[in-house]
Amino acid sequence: MSKEKFDYFINGEKGKYEVVIGLEVHAQVLSNSKLFSGSSTKFGADPNKQVSLIDSAFPGMLPVINEECVKQAVRTGLGLNAKINNYSVFDRKNYFYADLPQGYQISQYKNPIVGEGKVLLDMPYGSKEIGIERLHLEQDAGKSIHDMDPSSTYVDLNRSGIALMEIVSKPHLRSPDEVNAYIKKLRTIMRYLGTCDGNMQEGSLRADVNVSVRRVGDKNFGTRCEIKNVNSIKFMQMAIEYEANRQVELLEDGKEIDQETRLFDTKKNETRSMRSKEDAHDYRYFPDPDLLPLKLEQKLIDDLKKSLPELPDNKKERFIQEYGLNSYEANVLVSEKEISDYYEEVAKLSDKKLAATWMMGDLFAMLNDKGLNISNSPISAKNFAELVQSIKSGEISGRIAKEVFEIMVESGDNPKKIIESKGMKQQSDPKELEKMINEILSKNKDKVDQYKAGKEKLFGFFVGQVMKLSGGKANPQLTNEILKKLLKG
Amino acid sequence: MSNITNQSLSEILESIKSKKISSLELTQAYIKNIENAKKLNTFVTTTFDQALENAKKFDNKPNNEQLLSGVPLAVKDLFCTENVKTTAGSNILNNFVPSYESTVTKNLWNNGAFLLGKLNCDEFAMGSSNETSFFGNVINPIGDHLVPGGSSGGSSSALAADLTPATIGTDTGGSIRQPASFTGTVGLKPTYGLCSRWGIVAFASSLDQAGPMTKTVNDCSIMLEAMSGFDEKDSTSINKKKETYSKNLKDNIKGLKIGIPKEYRVDNMPKEIDELWEKGKKILKDLGAQLIDISLPHTKYALPTYYIVAPAEASSNLARYDGVRYGYRSQKGKDLIEMYENTRSEGFGDEVKRRILIGTYVLSSGYYDAYYLKAQKVRQLIKKDFDDSFTKVDAILTPSTPSSAFKIGEKTNDPVSMYLNDIFTVPVNLAGLPALSLPAGLDKQGYPLGLQLIGKALDEQKILNIGYAFEKNCGYKNEIKKWWS
Repeated sequence: MSKEKFDYFINGEKGKYEVVIGLEVHAQVLSNSKLFSGSSTKFGADPNKQVSLIDSAFPGMLPVINEECVKQAVRTGLGLNAKINNYSVFDRKNYFYADLPQGYQISQYKNPIVGEGKVLLDMPYGSKEIGIERLHLEQDAGKSIHDMDPSSTYVDLNRSGIALMEIVSKPHLRSPDEVNAYIKKLRTIMRYLGTCDGNMQEGSLRADVNVSVRRVGDKNFGTRCEIKNVNSIKFMQMAIEYEANRQVELLEDGKEIDQETRLFDTKKNETRSMRSKEDAHDYRYFPDPDLLPLKLEQKLIDDLKKSLPELPDNKKERFIQEYGLNSYEANVLVSEKEISDYYEEVAKLSDKKLAATWMMGDLFAMLNDKGLNISNSPISAKNFAELVQSIKSGEISGRIAKEVFEIMVESGDNPKKIIESKGMKQQSDPKELEKMINEILSKNKDKVDQYKAGKEKLFGFFVGQVMKLSGGKANPQLTNEILKKLLKG
Repeated sequence: MSNITNQSLSEILESIKSKKISSLELTQAYIKNIENAKKLNTFVTTTFDQALENAKKFDNKPNNEQLLSGVPLAVKDLFCTENVKTTAGSNILNNFVPSYESTVTKNLWNNGAFLLGKLNCDEFAMGSSNETSFFGNVINPIGDHLVPGGSSGGSSSALAADLTPATIGTDTGGSIRQPASFTGTVGLKPTYGLCSRWGIVAFASSLDQAGPMTKTVNDCSIMLEAMSGFDEKDSTSINKKKETYSKNLKDNIKGLKIGIPKEYRVDNMPKEIDELWEKGKKILKDLGAQLIDISLPHTKYALPTYYIVAPAEASSNLARYDGVRYGYRSQKGKDLIEMYENTRSEGFGDEVKRRILIGTYVLSSGYYDAYYLKAQKVRQLIKKDFDDSFTKVDAILTPSTPSSAFKIGEKTNDPVSMYLNDIFTVPVNLAGLPALSLPAGLDKQGYPLGLQLIGKALDEQKILNIGYAFEKNCGYKNEIKKWWS
């Protein structure tokens, strides 16, 4: 752990302020069909092509719970170390909007399916626990499209009825960086579990951000504002930054903060009031009489728990223990399930530590450069492991390895084959090397004398000459040893 | 066979089976009756061509193995019928043609019946006199100045006037039993969850239940058998084996214990209702049943509880009628909110608006605990009253309604007195129990009166058996002069 200190405060003239943040994350459940209907949930279909009579709220239609969505919520709850409630209730949240066909959203209000849990963040100043208040299941609404026609609004109900998990954090977050780490951690956990794809561009993950500020040392929370429906981490961070400073300015001017709902304008980089507390909707929540309370048998929960995959926190510990990685390396390599899978495959076949170094260095840089994911990397894990092993065994030097790596990226070829066919194998025969070095020393007698007189930095010159002569293939370690021996003589 | 239409469903089924009459002749006879009975205003939509076609199809290839072989049926216009306009008695669904068939009606068609038309009802089943329908009030064949009861008033009227051999209604607070009582017919509200609600325009989801309306108890058992059954599309549907009510119908009720609740003797109840109740008790006692005095102490809270729970659910259920996707949309208004306001102002009638307002109010923050939550608690107590009593008795006997059919317009300006008509029927819906209304006698004006048998949950067979024995020994017969044709 680094010794860095937490330092996200806002300095006003009258004092130093701390920012308090809580998130309500809406994560789309990974499932083939919607929460209460059989319609497909696939992204990108033409408007209104994935809409059943239930999703469009025709007379007499009734919701039937999709068991897979319930299981996904339980899995997620277990992944958040949370209490799973054996008894939960679906409620109706009543309000009118053109893209809300029923005139109410089916959600969970007083009795959510998942209760309190926690998420661990690795921050530069140490690990930090963020409390989860609850997780509940609810339906998504459709989409109103205002820019297709100058005088009318169009409605696309493909999203209507898709299952969302609303994950509510406690107000434990204190900076945009922590929000970034929290969202990424949630996403990692859900991707490990296969319960949400976490794709923010497609709207699979979005959040309402609650922000308040208080003087450092204050026990009570300040009045909070809720910034609705922010769909990227960057925008969340910008919105928090803006909103916290706005609130501090108000307080510094001796004004009060109104509890209200605000919108983040991404073009102007500012938050704007949407509605005040007085104008807040009265949602008239009540238990949905079309659905019975959801009763989960303990056995189902236990079975799901048993079938849970290894989660990032556990995997990180294991990587440290099993592969001798440091905390930082382990963190990076478990950040995505696919990365950890790739690493484990490589580590099985090669040096574990060297594999980590090369993955986090050259491999990640290349993927980043090409805009690729580990799952569509041009280098297979097996080939990558062979490359690592070739370095480890001294077959090729690190410098040559970079060349081989480039060729592997272009051709997808096996490194052995590349080394073989291009004659890139390292010169590791001591006799050959000695012959080569003697030749260089005899050509540079003046330098040898200078070296012996004490100009030791000339050592590098000799190494360079060896490399030049060998075409970069001389084994650097052996070269060093032999050079030293011969220069002494 | 000119008299075929005044026979019972089971007699008609027998005639078809024995080829005394063809399905086509039967259908034509009903069509003729319906065409002559326009004054009653029972039908919103008729499907004669379709019915005649179905009748011919049946006659060409008769299948008499089914419960309702070759029988045309008219149904309440609250059941969604595929490609046939379904209005729920409302302007807001005036142009609505479903692309789907409700589970209950589909069950009827799967048992060999076919659709004759859609019957008038109170708007969204909200009413006790069939006077709130957008399509005008229905007249009781008992008398041209009388309401047929509600909300299944079109159903009760059509049945009593021989415009359909049997029918189905829905009962949220008495909407099958009260009109049955007002027209001298049999009506059953089944246990909540016995008949699927899928495809029925919802009023109050936790109370709505479809049920049969027939001329005899035997007919009632046939219809119930045909329409009921588990439906995975309705989460509140009860998953149990289907029963053969008609085959198991027995008139031996010796030794059964019948509860007589003292709380059903209400203030200002006409003497003749009391006398009717006494008559019913005597008939059952003479048949060997044992009468037991019981108490249902929370009965007096049933009506106020009902008028909180039902409107609350209705206010939410009716939110979908917003003019956006189907149904009526007002052309007035310059933005979304105005479109909603105008659509719903023009699309809904006064009684529906009244209940939406009540329901919205009782669910509002600050009032929720005092009204909705309290009502839910009282509902549990009412249910418990019944549960306690049913440890001692097999069934409960009460009057169906506190009066006979009232005059058209008599209560339209007094909603509370209208609501009081449901006083004996609503506790049953709140408790989710089955109850059967049986014609039992006439008042001094000669208007029919009904008695109600309440059973344990899923104990339909028992109340049908008691009703069957009662019917045989009561001697009630509807004598209706066809003054309208």
